[in-house]
Amino acid sequence: MADIKQLAGPQSRRKFLAVGGGSTALAAFLAACGSDSSSTTTTGTTSMSGGKSETAEFGKGDVGILNYALTLEYLETAFYAEVVKSGLFKGADLATIRKFGQEEAEHVQALTQAVKSLGGKPAPEPKAEFPLKDAKSVLELAGTVENLGAAAYLGQAANIESPEVLASALAIHSVEGRHAAALNTLLGESITPDGAFAVPADVPTVLKSVEPFIVG
Amino acid sequence: MSNKTMTNEQLAKPELAAVHIDDDSGDLSRSEVLLKGALAAGAVYGTLAVGPFVRKALAMTGGSDVDILNFALTLEYLESTFYEEAKSRAKASGELKSLVNLLAKDEQQHVEALAGTIKKLGGKPVAKPKFDFPYSGTGGFLKLAQTFEDTGVSAYNGAAPMIKSKEVLTAAGSIVQVEARHAAAIRLQNKEEPAPAAFDTPLDEKQVLKAVEPFLA
Repeated sequence: MADIKQLAGPQSRRKFLAVGGGSTALAAFLAACGSDSSSTTTTGTTSMSGGKSETAEFGKGDVGILNYALTLEYLETAFYAEVVKSGLFKGADLATIRKFGQEEAEHVQALTQAVKSLGGKPAPEPKAEFPLKDAKSVLELAGTVENLGAAAYLGQAANIESPEVLASALAIHSVEGRHAAALNTLLGESITPDGAFAVPADVPTVLKSVEPFIVG
Repeated sequence: MSNKTMTNEQLAKPELAAVHIDDDSGDLSRSEVLLKGALAAGAVYGTLAVGPFVRKALAMTGGSDVDILNFALTLEYLESTFYEEAKSRAKASGELKSLVNLLAKDEQQHVEALAGTIKKLGGKPVAKPKFDFPYSGTGGFLKLAQTFEDTGVSAYNGAAPMIKSKEVLTAAGSIVQVEARHAAAIRLQNKEEPAPAAFDTPLDEKQVLKAVEPFLA
């Protein structure tokens, strides 16, 4: 345990960053995620929100993280369901959207089960509304949502305590990454907008981004 | 001894059969053996139905972070060499050519980042093995690329929960997401589902060991 704390502690992180000369890519990456990875320690002293985890409002520990993820997956599922109904897409694009929506629904089911298996209460499904004007803006929104979702999972990976929960979150995380890259391809955008190292997003950033779509 | 070759009988995917991992010293390091196992296990990956929250874990047990990073480094060496060669071998043009260049660049950055991290942790990065990729033409390249990228995702997903340092874990997560993005892009080039399943199956210890066995001396 000592070595984990040592490595996760803010001092060793600075050291870690300081030696970065040989690999600018890693240094850049660590610098990019440094601010929120400091909240991954459970010592309380380095946490961003005064000793509480970022996902405390969703529950304690892994339950909170899973419920946070569940809330995002509910939003994604609702979004794709509305897009399918909108009639804006046909053919191969519709098939892709339908498939992604089904996968998000599977994530909802899996996360709900996981929360229950940890003895927690699954987060309620939020009521959501999405602007569905035209195919292009919908695809752009889908791309934004998926890239954000992938970043949200990445932001929480190091906070997860249970190796089983972590393995499961990772199995979902990379699928969100696949969705994001596929949508970016459809949009003619880079499949790796962050470069060779994906950048995590912290909870406040993610919640602020999805807030406009949550009603009531 | 330094030139062990996977055979068709041992693999579900014949295109992997002739992937050589040569080691100048004559001994296969642990991470190279694990890599062979991961590739072989990745080849049978599609046949495994895995519930997401089933207690299945983890491609390796007892490995230190340096061990895991060296395992990842070997995989990244394979990918970066593969794409670097593909610049001239894959006969790619247009959009695919740009993609090959991007992937070569990303994988090279992963190599550098992993080697740098291993050194910072006080470890010694494994030497770059020699590889031999058996394919011809754009189609052959794309098929092998898809296998490598999907396998890479599963290998990282399987190994990551064993990582002790939170920084290293986040770094590995950051890389695996990029591998997943590569996998999706390559799959689209192959006219296949970019995300064929709702969960990217990790390679667990049993799979890896089973796959590694035939290659242990």
